[in-house]
Amino acid sequence: MINKYRWYEKLGLYAAVAVFLAFILAPFLEAFLVSLRPLEAVFRSPYRIITEDMSFASYFNIWVTVPGLPRYIFNSLLISTAATLLALACIIPAAYSVSRFNYRGRDLVLGALLGVNMVGATVLIIPLYKLMLGLGLLNTYWAMIIPGAAFTVPVGIFLMRSYFMRVPKELEEAAYVDGASRLYTLWRVILPVAAPGIVVVAVTVFLSTYAQQFLFALTFNSKDELHPLPIGLFAFFGRERVVYNELMAASLVGILPVLIAYVFLQKYIVAGLTAGAVKE
Amino acid sequence: MKRKLDAFPYLLLIPALVLTAIIVAWPLIETFRLSFTNASLRPGEKYVGFENYVEIFEDDFWEVIARTFVWMFIGVSLKIIMGLIGATLLNAALPGKALFRLLVMPPWIVPVAIGVFMWTWLYNGQFGMISGVAQHIGLLSGPFEFLAYKQSSFIATIVTDVWVGTPLVTLYMLAAMQSVPRELYESAWTDGAGRLYRFRRITLPLITPAILTMALLSAIWTFNSFEIIWILTEGGPRGATTTMIIDTYKTAISRFKFGEGAARAVMILISMSIFMVIYVIMMARTARKLGAQA
Repeated sequence: MINKYRWYEKLGLYAAVAVFLAFILAPFLEAFLVSLRPLEAVFRSPYRIITEDMSFASYFNIWVTVPGLPRYIFNSLLISTAATLLALACIIPAAYSVSRFNYRGRDLVLGALLGVNMVGATVLIIPLYKLMLGLGLLNTYWAMIIPGAAFTVPVGIFLMRSYFMRVPKELEEAAYVDGASRLYTLWRVILPVAAPGIVVVAVTVFLSTYAQQFLFALTFNSKDELHPLPIGLFAFFGRERVVYNELMAASLVGILPVLIAYVFLQKYIVAGLTAGAVKE
Repeated sequence: MKRKLDAFPYLLLIPALVLTAIIVAWPLIETFRLSFTNASLRPGEKYVGFENYVEIFEDDFWEVIARTFVWMFIGVSLKIIMGLIGATLLNAALPGKALFRLLVMPPWIVPVAIGVFMWTWLYNGQFGMISGVAQHIGLLSGPFEFLAYKQSSFIATIVTDVWVGTPLVTLYMLAAMQSVPRELYESAWTDGAGRLYRFRRITLPLITPAILTMALLSAIWTFNSFEIIWILTEGGPRGATTTMIIDTYKTAISRFKFGEGAARAVMILISMSIFMVIYVIMMARTARKLGAQA
């Protein structure tokens, strides 16, 4: 058998896995340990990993000291959900168009989308700020939802296109023969077949907007009750002394819903990340 | 099914085009226009020609450009190396692989800013884990504030950036490795080729296109990286981690100098474009070389 490892090879591989995971997981582990320490133990030297006075007190205190926490968690999920819906409304028809029809200007559209992909949001922050100011959207959810969605559209179209291309053409032709309109065919025949692809695109878009809420919220919103989690917790750094144990407890509680969802949706996330790698 | 001037496919594009036109295309044009004005928060702006550009280069702007590219180059290289290591380990036929894959992803799942909050604590010199453990095993003789010195903060921001980017590169590399036909390995193995030889002569050449594509994407993202540096150092100490993105944001948003900020943003677009052109030419050359070898 080609893949048989000798015992020392196995040992080496597991050791490498352990080192690799240590790098990936150390911040989470340390965040958890800090969240268990009382504040005077957090700021104590020399450093000790485990101390006797550890407790879950911070996890109870944060609801009092960070009264906005549930709101921040909700805002984060709301902003990303709305951005995902808006993005999908743009991505699905456009991806269907570029994957199914041959027309003048199609390659131009695809090329332009690739170009858009290269421009980071920070580069455009000045006109975007003026735009939000002009539209009266500063300090509203929309100022975080709309740009968040827009920057995911190009990648989303390419991803969705690869799923539409796998749907057999005969499906539409059969529907047309039955006299179905093209919009009806897209809605009732193609979308159900492409549903797994849509889930992958939706999860991918959701996660990328969820990960990137910082910039737009930092720049376009100053209303505390609208802040997403990262900005809500960023306020910890504005105080005289960063209350790290509560910051870490609040961070971990805040990301828990998405981490739990991740465990169940892992398959779709991986599919979204790796589509395209195979065909290059 | 063929019709003359079919409007349907164009209509389907409208929502996507409208959104990108408003949020990306117009701001792009507006950035160019603003870069020739003295716009600020106050209403009213006038054209100043190339004044903003001249002013930028009177500062240490070349240094900022160079720093940005060094930061990006080291970050992307490390991400690719980490990704290749991770993917090779994930690709090995080891029990427990599914769990390993599950545990690799979290830095990419959680909001970037939250991950960086955790790193600010790790880098704390007095009480943080890295300094603490390093002192314990004798690597450091006393507390070391990683974010307080020019060199160490430069490295620290890169390390955090690599941490955020590694999961994605790992999974992408894994997908590329898994698309290599198994028969190739088997016939090489029958010929007595060792594991390392197989990696060097089969895996690496076949996934090189994927590596090059990923490196380009990663370079774009790393170049545009904002919140990692902003939260860790805000570009300090004494400008040591001020990349072009941080520099633009500071000028435009923190100091409300829209015109000058726009000029700096335009310089980002120009530098990026030059880099991309060089990269794509080199990528095509590598692809041709690989094709000639095969």
